[in-house]
Amino acid sequence: MQRYIFKRFLLMIPTLLGVAVFVFLLMRVIPGDIVEIKFTSEGGFVTEEVLAQERARIGLDKPIWQQFASWIWGIMRLDFGTSMWTGRPISHEIGIRIQLSLEIAILATMVAILIAIPLGTLAALKQDTWVDYFIRVFSIAGLSIPSFWLGILIILFLLINFHWVPPMFFTPIWVDPWENLSQMIWPAAAVGYRYSAVSTRMMRSSTLEVLREDYVRTARAKGLWERVVIIRHAMKNAMLPVITVIGLEFAFLIGGLVVTEQVFNLNGLGKLLVQSIAQRDYTMTQTLVMLVAVTFVLVNFVIDILYAWLDPRIRYQ
Amino acid sequence: MTVREFPRLTRGVAAVSAGLFVLALVMAPAALAADQPKYGGTLVFAVPKDPPSFDGHRENTFALIHPVAPHYSLLIKFDQWKYPKIVGDVAESWTTSKDKKTYTFKIRKGIKWHDGSTLTARDVKATYDKIIFPPPGVTSVRKGSYTMVTKVEAPDDQTVVFKLKWAAPSLLANLASPWNFLYKATILAKDPHWYEKNIMGTGPFKFESYVPGSHWIGTKNEDYFVKGRPYLDGYKAIFIKATSARVASIRGGRAFIEFRGFSPAGRDDIVKTLGNKAKVQQGPWLCYLSVAINNGMKPFNDVRVRKALTLALDRWEASETLSAIAIIKPVGGVMRPGSEYAATEAELTKLAGFGKDIKASRKEARSLLKAAGVPAGYEFTFKNRDLPMPYEPMGIWLVDQWRKIGLNVTHKVEEKGPFFSDRKKGNFQTIMDWSCDFMDEPDLQLYKFLSHGKSGSNYSRYTDKTLDDLYVKQSKAKSKKERRKLVRQFEKRVLDEKVYTFPTLWWFKINPHWAKVKGWKQLPSHYLNQDLRDVWLAEK
Repeated sequence: MQRYIFKRFLLMIPTLLGVAVFVFLLMRVIPGDIVEIKFTSEGGFVTEEVLAQERARIGLDKPIWQQFASWIWGIMRLDFGTSMWTGRPISHEIGIRIQLSLEIAILATMVAILIAIPLGTLAALKQDTWVDYFIRVFSIAGLSIPSFWLGILIILFLLINFHWVPPMFFTPIWVDPWENLSQMIWPAAAVGYRYSAVSTRMMRSSTLEVLREDYVRTARAKGLWERVVIIRHAMKNAMLPVITVIGLEFAFLIGGLVVTEQVFNLNGLGKLLVQSIAQRDYTMTQTLVMLVAVTFVLVNFVIDILYAWLDPRIRYQ
Repeated sequence: MTVREFPRLTRGVAAVSAGLFVLALVMAPAALAADQPKYGGTLVFAVPKDPPSFDGHRENTFALIHPVAPHYSLLIKFDQWKYPKIVGDVAESWTTSKDKKTYTFKIRKGIKWHDGSTLTARDVKATYDKIIFPPPGVTSVRKGSYTMVTKVEAPDDQTVVFKLKWAAPSLLANLASPWNFLYKATILAKDPHWYEKNIMGTGPFKFESYVPGSHWIGTKNEDYFVKGRPYLDGYKAIFIKATSARVASIRGGRAFIEFRGFSPAGRDDIVKTLGNKAKVQQGPWLCYLSVAINNGMKPFNDVRVRKALTLALDRWEASETLSAIAIIKPVGGVMRPGSEYAATEAELTKLAGFGKDIKASRKEARSLLKAAGVPAGYEFTFKNRDLPMPYEPMGIWLVDQWRKIGLNVTHKVEEKGPFFSDRKKGNFQTIMDWSCDFMDEPDLQLYKFLSHGKSGSNYSRYTDKTLDDLYVKQSKAKSKKERRKLVRQFEKRVLDEKVYTFPTLWWFKINPHWAKVKGWKQLPSHYLNQDLRDVWLAEK
């Protein structure tokens, strides 16, 4: 098992290096100039001299290879540098937002798991009954409705019926749990519902498949209680593909809730990433993409280990 | 009406009038009390984006002004109740020499910095030295507005003197710039970049905290030099990027106001939700949308083609129709309509494309195109920003107007990066352009039209020495009358004779807010009047 983990860990290095080179080059290829965007967006009186001075100040006058070397050397030392837009340390900008992004990802995942696993299992057990049909319609609706649109509907519903909207800025859960949840529960519900839809369908089909396996038949033939058969024998095996989906979705939620974050005015990493791309804040974008890449790679790593733990055949191969 | 009825009616009217009079007497104290400023409360307002840095001298976005301005004082400022009148802020008075080349300001005594130390003329000098003569590596984005200044002196603690190369009518307005926050000399001497990440002012509110992407908090400065101000205990600026979320924040009472402004639809939503708890302030805005034409590219290097493009536009009708859906309305030339140096309607309608007889204008446009050899159905592209308000409706309208003179135009909406890149590099035939300033001042508004290379924002890529000379002349004009005449000549050359580029419509500022927010008056610029000194809340 240790050898397996070590091999998987080593594979992460070339993946991340590839991402670093790719994102750096991509940002330089797409048109746009942070200085031009920053100083001429609102019109007004700005001279060419000022624009040139600002480019030099943030190091855009240096050769590309020098910019890359300096950035990658910083990343290796865990020094992410400063944002070209704000001049503040990138680690500080990320630090402010990562808590919210993690919380929303965790809450949405909890919502998704709480919905998906029981409903998916129930749908499989009650296959082709009205329960199954209802759960299928519910999950297909979740797949069809974009979470940000559901978010807008939630806000309008609260506004029209209760003249109330969720708080507009983040309060950490340990400062004021009620204030925190009154902001976070709505986006978590909107995102979690869509997230659960994928997992519910996956759980249903996976359970159906497992229920037809020989070992389940054997367990039943042994005279085990149906509950034990389902929970201990069927669900554990049916969970394998569901874990993959949940893991990947979780990684996506860290930086991917761009529109939902805007709808609920959540100060998360997704909003920061899109903003930095639009502003051509190279250093910030590169670091955030690396962060998302690291998250994905790590989540995949954990999923692989979980797989190996759940199914010993994988690690032996 | 019969003779018998008349006295009865008169008696009735008299009775009602008397009743109303008594009611007015009873209600007057209550009404007066309602308008009496109250102390206390926290003003919560929405801001669409974060400030890039905290240094007003190096930034030019309202995102800095709105949360940061309440911490600072200015030397002089625009009077919110009598714009564009200029009044002293830390300056209690000023005098001008006979040749108008020396301005002497007297500074109020006893003004305290937020750390308790006293503001002196040396601080004002250090501030303006940073703005006008920034040290190497320090960016002062508006230093080009002060080329007339040779020296700033502080002969004693309460006197600041500006020495000029020439008499410049724009100097006072530039000194009243809302960006010119006064900074502390000792701090600047140690680190001229300190103010990019820190706050230390003499304004009505002290800095408490800032969470990037989230909010900014200021608290009342008890030692503020204006007696009895500020009224508020503090303020909280919440950064909300999405327009729908900003509108929702006001509808739901999470914020009371947004100082930049909303679209007509946003205004209507807020008013519908809040009813009589809402107040709407709206008026002309010192911003406009224009069409930049690539003067170096065929067939747009032909003045007849450029003139046809402006003649096709029915600005007067658009002012009525587009203003119902977008934040654009006034028809104007190079200066904001209604401002001191703006063209009157009679002067404006003589310029190409600003006449009210659209049929005649379009007929002329078609003949000009024909004379220039541009065939019917000629295709070209108009590039636009990917911002819905007000760029998108304006772009759609332009394409439709040009279609009416037989041109076939593709409306290409580009993301911010490519758009700015194309505009800068001249990679366009026609492109959306815009301008926003903090005050009505020809030096600022005409700068854009100077020759390519002289002006950083001339995207139409033309060179015109006559325009450059006219700019200098108006900037040094001895009287307002002379200056006005020169501005008219400048305007006629840009918009009528050469038609290098042209404005479409000027913006219209709409500020719906909670009626309990008092003491804030909308001005034509969203950069002005943001120190919140006089703002108070009728209800907490």
